[in-house]
Amino acid sequence: MFIEIQHINKIYTDKDNNANTVLEDINLEIPKGQFVSILGPSGCGKSTLLSMIAGLTSASSGGIVVDGKNVQKPGKDRGMVFQEAALFPWMTVTENVVFPLRKEMNKKQAIERARHFLQMVQLSNYAGHYPHELSGGMQQRVSIARSLAMDPAVLLMDEPFGALDEQTRSRLHGQLEKIWIDTQKTIVFVTHSIQESIKLSDRIVVMGTRPGTVIADIEVDIPRPRDEHKQQVAALEERIMGLLKGEIDKVINEELAYEARS
Amino acid sequence: MKPAVKRLIFFAALILFWGLGSHFELWHETILPSPFSVWDALVAGFADLTLVYDLVASFRRLLIGLAVSLLIGTALGILLARSKTADDTIGSMVLALQSVPSIIWLPLAMMWFGLGEGAIIFVVILGGTFVMTLNVRTGIKNVNPLYIKAARTMGSTGIDLFWKVIIPASIPYLVTGARLAWAFAWRALMAGELLSAGPGLGYTLRYASDFGNMALVIGVMIIIGVVGAVVDQLIFQRIEKNVLKRWGLES
Ligand SMILES: Nc1ncnc2c1ncn2[C@@H]1O[C@H](COP(=O)(O)OP(=O)(O)OP(=O)(O)O)[C@@H](O)[C@H]1O
Ligand SMILES: [Mg+2]
Repeated sequence: MFIEIQHINKIYTDKDNNANTVLEDINLEIPKGQFVSILGPSGCGKSTLLSMIAGLTSASSGGIVVDGKNVQKPGKDRGMVFQEAALFPWMTVTENVVFPLRKEMNKKQAIERARHFLQMVQLSNYAGHYPHELSGGMQQRVSIARSLAMDPAVLLMDEPFGALDEQTRSRLHGQLEKIWIDTQKTIVFVTHSIQESIKLSDRIVVMGTRPGTVIADIEVDIPRPRDEHKQQVAALEERIMGLLKGEIDKVINEELAYEARS
Repeated sequence: MKPAVKRLIFFAALILFWGLGSHFELWHETILPSPFSVWDALVAGFADLTLVYDLVASFRRLLIGLAVSLLIGTALGILLARSKTADDTIGSMVLALQSVPSIIWLPLAMMWFGLGEGAIIFVVILGGTFVMTLNVRTGIKNVNPLYIKAARTMGSTGIDLFWKVIIPASIPYLVTGARLAWAFAWRALMAGELLSAGPGLGYTLRYASDFGNMALVIGVMIIIGVVGAVVDQLIFQRIEKNVLKRWGLES
């Protein structure tokens, strides 16, 4: 399998040495080219899991294999798009996109490549601008272009559209879907929006919280574009809502208990 | 009304009040000379070039001292940010040194370097180094971890990560550090010059005072104040503002 996540556990210990199990025995296999969403309530460990695939966080036990290689550290084969665009403010849009390319090709080729990917996210006109001159949605598109430009085998996205308004988000959904179809990338997409996950993905991994576990693994076989199949979408939404309801209640109850204690 | 216009009116009023006070002899000329006497003293000073030599001499010391202090400060700041041991040991010493005015080093510096340039430049260097060090240290330690994570996923590590991401990301702190270093160095320079041999603005200030030339004393004080304000506002604050804007730290 292209991505193999095997028996991943993650335990954080706080300053009083209390162990906090964030992820418990996560097992996932993701085939090449799949668009997978990881969906779950806040704090269930979605970002932690994604950041482990990226190689930014280490697992307490278990292992992750991407394209036959054990993940030990970050690498250009795994591009990451964060919730905040994470563009370098001291560089222009083009310079940002060139950043991961500068070691592999000469400047001219790198700029040419940057231009191509900026075109893909429809931002050619902003090549010479600085990030602070761009809206949040534009910044996020640059950061997608930057990840794509280094031609990763996997694109990891951590709530990339979470901070955007509804209209922008919906437009970017369309663009991302098209990019995915054009580039055939494997995409692991973290979100806590049920609609977003149904609209975009081939498969939805639903996670529960405390500790983070996989509670359902759903194939989405609704034809694309999904907007044209409202009934099926609504039915699936209902089903996932039911799955998550228990989880959300769990979080709320824990919080109430915590408040009662303190 | 524009701030610049307000400022102009304010200073005009101040000088007018000062002139009127002198004119009606609210205070004695030897206590506070009139604006005209001060003006004449400045004109004479510039005409016979003594003030020009003073300015050149002072700026030479300042530029040498500031350049050295920025270099040492940056190097030391990087060391403190990267090494916990250095931070725990040298870092605490830098904090202590930063809290004392650098002019107290002058007697020692005079023993080491004699009464000339060396001692003053040494005091100027000490004046600028430690603020720069502390700002560089803070800047590097406060780099948004997101930039580092993003850079690592794009294959940047080690020295490349440091020079291409961490240092540029801390430039706002470096600029603030340089501005404060300049301010401290300028103060240290004036104090040092007051206590040593000329030429130099501080030296001329003391010389004029020794000879009871109050008009020149005030003239030199005005030059010192104007130079300080102009360099700070026209150069450093402008750079700082541009950098903050570019780095997205100011709306
Ligand atoms: N560095 C850390 N040290 C200690 N605990 C951490 C650390 N990072 C995350 N956690 C804990 O791990 C849990 C999962 O965090 P994570 O960020 O992965 O959640 P998430 O599912 O991405 O949530 P959200 O939807 O809010 O982004 C949280 O309870 C958090 O407190
Ligand atoms: Mg998260």
